[in-house]
Amino acid sequence: MSDDINDVIIIGSGPAGYTAAIYAARAQLKPIVFEGAVTAGGALMNTTEVENFPGFQDGIMGPALMENMRAQAVKFGANIITDDVTAANLTGDVKTVVDGEGREYKAHSVILATGSSYRELGIENEKRLSGHGVSWCATCDGFFFRDQDIAVVGGGDSAVEEATFLTRFAKSVTMIHRRDELRASKIMAERAHNDPKISFAWNSEVTELHGDAKLSGVTIRDINTGATRELSITGLFVAIGHDPRSELLKGQVDLDPAGYVLTGAGTTATNLSGVFACGDLVDHTYRQAITAAGTGCSAALDAERFLSHLHSK
Amino acid sequence: MGATAAVTDASFADDVLMSDKPVLVDFWAEWCGPCKMIGPILEEIAAAHGDKLTILKLNVDENPATAANYGVTSIPTMNVYQNGEIVKQIIGAKPKAALLADLAEFI
Repeated sequence: MSDDINDVIIIGSGPAGYTAAIYAARAQLKPIVFEGAVTAGGALMNTTEVENFPGFQDGIMGPALMENMRAQAVKFGANIITDDVTAANLTGDVKTVVDGEGREYKAHSVILATGSSYRELGIENEKRLSGHGVSWCATCDGFFFRDQDIAVVGGGDSAVEEATFLTRFAKSVTMIHRRDELRASKIMAERAHNDPKISFAWNSEVTELHGDAKLSGVTIRDINTGATRELSITGLFVAIGHDPRSELLKGQVDLDPAGYVLTGAGTTATNLSGVFACGDLVDHTYRQAITAAGTGCSAALDAERFLSHLHSK
Repeated sequence: MGATAAVTDASFADDVLMSDKPVLVDFWAEWCGPCKMIGPILEEIAAAHGDKLTILKLNVDENPATAANYGVTSIPTMNVYQNGEIVKQIIGAKPKAALLADLAEFI
């Protein structure tokens, strides 16, 4: 098996990777998909209701949407492997990737869809208190903060979704945001503003985390005045954005200064022949499930065209 | 269930704290995506290393007392107990190779 040269390997899942898999499988390219050992399904696996994915007028749960996409790819013959890619050589005509167990896979083309990972605050005690009050997953951990005072850092859609979700459990949720208004879409922002359990700390950033065995509070600083104050909370949910997961690609695939994969205008092609990229890994602008699915589709079509040229040579 | 078994608030003392063998307790819930990802990995580890390390799963929804006792505020949390004490704590889902490395001293 490992000596065969496959047509296409897709690294990553989520709406981009699974959509690429559906299109590549329907084109009979027999894609191998490394969906991730513990990140399969991508960012949507840690969300609740997705209300803006076209075709689901009553909304759909993020994990269910991903399970559907995965099943659709499997139906058309995608070979989905629940593992990570730990090394990749993408520069030659035949690309090689290595899975978590050290097995090698070869292919003529590779579609990169590794998405992004949560950005950390980058302050002292963050690692130590992770899982002890500091959390990156409201749907996983909200349950443990029943009737407690907690906070969410961030002001985008993800932050508002988390804050709104957390009001089911918490006594109060303070949204700590660097600006003086939410960056989230209007409908989400309105929901937060109308929620009696949610209050706001505007123009503020978290500078210190307090607590020995677990989080007991944070220091926040007003960005304009420099004034600091303490907020007594037992939970802090961090939703300040994402960074592209492109470590594996450094030195091979051209990246922008923030680490996003660079693709040409109107294509998913990277600087390497036969290597295509899609989803949040390339997108620092839209970052929606539907745009990720869209570029996943484009990447599969680009790969299909590349392979048909290759095979007609 | 396979190579792992369930533990509850009621059985925790007998099955975990009094065990002669080290016991890994996986604190999990239905609604936790990363917990679902780690489930099959723990099954594999239990199947391969069950002779040295017992792996039990504790549903935090149904057994909130034990989770609260041990200050679990994030799942999955995997605590290894030996002679009634926590000797290792792993928080968050990890790939199999990383988990095996974390558990190397027990298996």
